[in-house]
Amino acid sequence: MESHEQQFLILNEPMIVGAMISIVVGALSILLGLTYFKKWGYLWREWITTVDHKKIGVMYILVALVMLFRGGVDALLMRGQTAMPENGLLDAQHYNEIFTTHGVIMILFMAMPFIIGLINVVTPLQIGARDVAFPRLNSVSFWLFAAGAGLFNISFIIGGSPDAGWSAYFPLASLEFSPTVGNNYYSLSLQIAGLGTLMTGINFVVTILKMRAPGMTLMKMPMFTWSVLITNVIIVFAFPVLTVALALMTMDRQFGTKFFAMQDGGMDMLWANLFWVWGHPEVYIVILPAFGIFSEIISTFARKNLYGYKSMVVSMVAISLLSFVVWAHHFYTMGHGVMVNSIFSITTMAIAVPTGVKIFNWLLTLHKGKISFTTPMLYSLAFIPIFTIGGVTGVMLAMASADYQYHNTMFLVAHFHYVLIPGTVFAVIAGFHFWFPKVFGFRLNEKLGKLAFWFITISFNVAFFPLFILGLNGMTRRMYTYSESTGYGPLNMLSFIGAVGLGIGFIILVYNLYWSIRYSPRDETGDPWDARSLEWATHSPVPVYNFARVPKIKELDAFWFAKKNNQPLSDGPYEPIHMPSNSGMPFLMSGAFFAAGFCAVFSWWIPAIVFTIAIFVFMALRSFEQDHGYYISVEEIERTERELGGDKE
Amino acid sequence: MMKQLFPKQHVMGFVFSLVLSVVALSVLAFDMSYKMGMAILLVTAIAQASVQLLLFMHIGESEDKKTLYTNIIYALFVGVVTILGTLLTMIWGYQ
Repeated sequence: MESHEQQFLILNEPMIVGAMISIVVGALSILLGLTYFKKWGYLWREWITTVDHKKIGVMYILVALVMLFRGGVDALLMRGQTAMPENGLLDAQHYNEIFTTHGVIMILFMAMPFIIGLINVVTPLQIGARDVAFPRLNSVSFWLFAAGAGLFNISFIIGGSPDAGWSAYFPLASLEFSPTVGNNYYSLSLQIAGLGTLMTGINFVVTILKMRAPGMTLMKMPMFTWSVLITNVIIVFAFPVLTVALALMTMDRQFGTKFFAMQDGGMDMLWANLFWVWGHPEVYIVILPAFGIFSEIISTFARKNLYGYKSMVVSMVAISLLSFVVWAHHFYTMGHGVMVNSIFSITTMAIAVPTGVKIFNWLLTLHKGKISFTTPMLYSLAFIPIFTIGGVTGVMLAMASADYQYHNTMFLVAHFHYVLIPGTVFAVIAGFHFWFPKVFGFRLNEKLGKLAFWFITISFNVAFFPLFILGLNGMTRRMYTYSESTGYGPLNMLSFIGAVGLGIGFIILVYNLYWSIRYSPRDETGDPWDARSLEWATHSPVPVYNFARVPKIKELDAFWFAKKNNQPLSDGPYEPIHMPSNSGMPFLMSGAFFAAGFCAVFSWWIPAIVFTIAIFVFMALRSFEQDHGYYISVEEIERTERELGGDKE
Repeated sequence: MMKQLFPKQHVMGFVFSLVLSVVALSVLAFDMSYKMGMAILLVTAIAQASVQLLLFMHIGESEDKKTLYTNIIYALFVGVVTILGTLLTMIWGYQ
């Protein structure tokens, strides 16, 4: 191992020192607050050790909101830096670090956990299950994700952030050109979080295939559950590629191998290839559940069943297969021949077909519907036209010969923000508003929600539409500054104004959360939106066992027809309910993962090995553990149901 | 009774897997062309995987065999696409 000079704590950047101080102060005040209000036991019993899918989902979403803040601050700094020509807010190195962390955090530590959080909260309820198939594994998933996110986020104060872009292309990301520990953080934190995601994938595929309520055949599942099934299948097949690629990256950077080197038989482009073999399916991992969320919301608030259910399912299956055969469109300009580029052009454009089918299905669901313009519905309606702009510019980029003009310009940046923000961010915010009353028993304020919606939607377009024009004018991405003579100044300033507006929108959203927790009227019905699928058939907040009696399903939207026909979904006496017991082991094991990862970042191999052994000790302990869960007695079910306002089904 | 003492399927599977392993090993023992060797390895590998799945793991006997087969086909699709696609973009189609 060659050693290189670098700082342990980053102390030469006033902004980072400021962030460091605020993190320390914030952490101390949280610790003091927990001690003062004697909440340690509550935190440990109710949250850290929980295996309840609803609570795990809430924790995912909480982390995602914090990460949205972090990634958003990165974005504001970038837009602030480029708002004026020759601006000096950030230097080149700091700018490189910020666009790298913005990308990684927004995709892997914001979009993914937000989606997985909603999947956790909603899916078992939608299929009438009591929990996921492997509740303990679910907790491991969450805590591994949290460990990965934590490891990635401390990089900017300890050792320095990765600075080779979120795609970390070789040779730039190699030890030779990125000698700091930044990219070690990248490979190890993504590895740890990726393990958690892979477990989530397996968990939900099994949950959906094995734990549906009696009578719910695959074609009677709600559309969101379908999208979750397809998404998790993609996760199971795509994430191993990332695991291998990151392992090779770690080997190259820390053990002197030459997989991605430019000499000695290595191939630097192989990284880009492997990264996108995972990376393109990953795009669909964050977009398909969003399609599911929009399908639920649109059919609920148009008061109609979803148009073209079968074609929706078929198009999602088609997207899941096509998502694996398009990855080379991310590097058309890397030097492969016309034949390769043509193949990947055609497969890429082919994805527009199933996506188009879905867009038309949503439009026809709206057709002649009794539309109510609630906050989640507004996001869903705004999604359709904005996402279509993103999709059409995507087809423009898909043409390999034209891509030589667009490649790595702001046009591309505008395109993927136009797909990912309406596609994923609008979806998770809409889903957040939609399912919030299910989890907490009261709705978010509609007035504030709509205000935030208008701020976010308008500012989004102000922030990103100018980037299309800037890209066509020749501005490349990832430039930290430009001269006045380029003429890029005014449009970049406009984009900065939009970014500030997005920030304000986010603040309103968080204020809405605070306001609603304090003042929002409680919902007694469990079904505040008059919705269609099974999650609304139980109480809000949902009792730990989800359904006092497992519902019996005869048709799609069974809950809707049960309401219309006044027929209960289930009957008969209560029976004792078997539930999984809590465990602190996932949390402790992920702590060992975090410690091992942190030591490995700095190549402190002895402690890294010690912590890795600890991980295996936890796994061995689990193998010998006798844990058969516990039963909730009939009396307790009766008491809980009475407290929540009587039998629901 | 005899069936319990002598599980025919398992024994057959065991013999098959041993034979297939020996055939695969023969690639090393005998002097043959690279292509010939790879062909033998490919065929024995596929046969070996099928023996394991069908005879030992009883994939055809469970009630959700449709799901299992779909899963395997999907995995094969992704694996083949990834490997051949990488060869295509990085070697065959590279200018």
